[in-house]
Amino acid sequence: MARYLMQRIVTMFVVAFVVVTATFFLMRALPGGPFSSERNVPEAILKNLERRYNLDKPLHEQYIDYVKGVIVWDLGPSFKYKGLTVNDVINRGFPVSAKLGGISLLVSIVIGIPLGIAGAMKHNSVGDRTISGLAILTAAAPSFVIAGVLQYVFAYKLRWFPSATWGGGQLRYMVLPVLALSSYNLAWIVKLTRSSMLEVINQDYIRTARAKGLREIVIVYRHMIKNAMVPVVASLAPMTASILTGSFIVENVFGIPGIGREFVQSITNRDYTVTLGMTVFFCLLLVGFTLLADIALAIIDPRVRLEKEG
Amino acid sequence: MNIGTNPQTIDPRVSTGLPEAHVEIALFEGLMRLDEAGNAIPGAAERYETSADGTVVTFYLRDGLKWSNGDPLTAEDFVWSWKSTLDPLLASEYAYQLYYIKGAEEMNTFTSDPKWENASDEEIKAEFERLAENFGAKAIDDKTIEVTLEAPAPYFLSLTAFHTYYPVHRPSVEANPDGWFRNAETTIGNGPFKMVSWTDKDKVVVEKNPNYWGVNEVKLDKIEFYLIENESTVTTMFENGELDIVESGVNTAELDRLKKDYPDELKILPDLGNYYYLLNVEKGPLSDKRVRQALAMSIDRNAIVTEITKAGQVPAYSLVPAGIPEGDGDFRENGGDYFTEDIAKAKQLLAEAGYPDGQGFPKLTILYNTSEGHQRIAEAIQEMWKTNLGIEVDLTNQEWAVYLDSRNTGDYEIARAGWIGDYIDPMTFIDMWVTDGGNNDSNWSNAEYDKLVATAKKSGDQAVRMKAMHDAEKILMDEMPIIPIYHYTRVVMVSKNVEGWSMPLTSPLNLRDATINK
Repeated sequence: MARYLMQRIVTMFVVAFVVVTATFFLMRALPGGPFSSERNVPEAILKNLERRYNLDKPLHEQYIDYVKGVIVWDLGPSFKYKGLTVNDVINRGFPVSAKLGGISLLVSIVIGIPLGIAGAMKHNSVGDRTISGLAILTAAAPSFVIAGVLQYVFAYKLRWFPSATWGGGQLRYMVLPVLALSSYNLAWIVKLTRSSMLEVINQDYIRTARAKGLREIVIVYRHMIKNAMVPVVASLAPMTASILTGSFIVENVFGIPGIGREFVQSITNRDYTVTLGMTVFFCLLLVGFTLLADIALAIIDPRVRLEKEG
Repeated sequence: MNIGTNPQTIDPRVSTGLPEAHVEIALFEGLMRLDEAGNAIPGAAERYETSADGTVVTFYLRDGLKWSNGDPLTAEDFVWSWKSTLDPLLASEYAYQLYYIKGAEEMNTFTSDPKWENASDEEIKAEFERLAENFGAKAIDDKTIEVTLEAPAPYFLSLTAFHTYYPVHRPSVEANPDGWFRNAETTIGNGPFKMVSWTDKDKVVVEKNPNYWGVNEVKLDKIEFYLIENESTVTTMFENGELDIVESGVNTAELDRLKKDYPDELKILPDLGNYYYLLNVEKGPLSDKRVRQALAMSIDRNAIVTEITKAGQVPAYSLVPAGIPEGDGDFRENGGDYFTEDIAKAKQLLAEAGYPDGQGFPKLTILYNTSEGHQRIAEAIQEMWKTNLGIEVDLTNQEWAVYLDSRNTGDYEIARAGWIGDYIDPMTFIDMWVTDGGNNDSNWSNAEYDKLVATAKKSGDQAVRMKAMHDAEKILMDEMPIIPIYHYTRVVMVSKNVEGWSMPLTSPLNLRDATINK
């Protein structure tokens, strides 16, 4: 187990290194630079800028400097945001995005799993069909549409909540963005839980359990739900990563100072260091969560072993 | 109040955009400031004198000026701030705004000589200090600043109201050169308001500055600048009463409804800017002046501003927009329009160029940066040229930085472009088009034009300057390396409770004299 973990962690850093290298050179291959503007900066001033941000050195030297920085987790200064380093950007934005994303994920799980189970238990009833129908509708609607509808109904018409801004993370400011962000994953968890439950219900061991005369409640809890959770847990890792990277639309609509839109905007801005820093950060996050999910799976699913085959 | 994008900095010496300028005008004040109509009136300076030849301007500061922390503000503070803006090691993108001052350009640009390529920062610093001894701005005493200009610049007075000319608090800047403006404690200014807090991407809060000389004229206790980019969210917040002013973010997709529902709140203000199509005069038929004229004459600009953009834009038949005073009148009105929309004449010109009814005309491509608004205009123009002239064009769009790169390297045929003036003088538009000018992406070159621009730049006589610029504009509009489409406007929404705000041409929104009833 320990050896396996070590191997996975080493792989994680190798992956991060490959990602840094690829992103570094791909970014530089893009036309335009961090100081491109419709109003061209005079040549001499551009030289001063390049000197200040070390962009005047040969590319391979810049690359080596950058990798050295990443090793000690110094991700360099942002070109666009004067006086901020990429570390500052992550340290400020990530807690906000993590809070928003974490609560959304929790909401999706706490509401999604029971709904999915209920749907499966009453398979093909009116309730089940309503849940499935709503889930498909929610999953199909893009998050900016859902965000807009929530704003219109709950902020503009009913005036229950403020229409936007983060308000330092106060509860009433968080309600709408959390709902908007969790909607897609909620629908997904409902559908996944439901179909996975349906599959389990028809398994032989459930019939065996019934034949043994176990009480229905024990069958449902111990045999059905536990087994049905395997694919749901497996999907949580990519879901966590996607909720962090994918929150940029919700962050934009609600004007939330998170990290999601930094990533997208930095590419348009050619803010090389921010793009790179975010890529490394998200890459480590994604690989880390996948590892956590694998460990969790090994705990609930006895068929999974955390050892290398052979 | 919403100002849109997160400011990149609040250091007025290096900032370049409007979101930054809205905050800076609250926190700082230049020697002059602008009144509601955009005229330069005394700010930190009580009065000024201009020498007979217009090259030396002397400013006299008000008595007892103070920084927001109570430190005295002296003439040396202004001179030091300007000098530090020119420091090549600070690398301010807007340093060129100071090039009007004698010696400034060399102080800022000597590093572009290859011999400085591998110089250490210390060596550059030493050379900078050496050059700075001849800097045209000098503090004569604590309250007097004498500025020697490279050449007479009648708009220099209004330039001193521009953010690049604001003073910064030397001890705070020197203690933390890269981040002094990121901390409210060290963001020390001399303006009507002082910094309370700045939460990135969220909001900037400022409150009345008791040490401001005109504190009795400041009515607002506090301003919150929201930094929300999404237009529909911003508009909803205004409708909900969560915002009093929307400077950036009026939802243009909903303009028709907003005009109807908020006739008193929605304001369309003129802007000193031109939306135009740039022609690469080195590509195929575009090298023929007659073709360029024919293309310009066969666009229905009225249809574009009433059906597509809808924000009161003014159809453009010239380079320079209205709003620049010339004597008692307006530069634009005195110059008039340079061409008319005339399809018959356009067809004739095209035939003379060898393409009767568009026959044999090669297929050109219109390039624009990816945006729905630009696309709709391009589609309309594509259709107009097809119907009116019988020529086909393709459309292509590129992501912003890629598009800029294509323009700079001349890798385009026809490109959408825009230009917002820096200062209120025709020169801010005219000098763009000189041969090999840094922003002249059309590859167009005209010796006569260059000569007129040089004449205007050298002269201190307004009549001579204006005449030269009128003549230059006439040549440009006859040669037509660019096709003007419309002159920009600025759309803002201001609650009826807010009074006394001002936003003259090219300026940020100024709330110094504003009041609010709540």
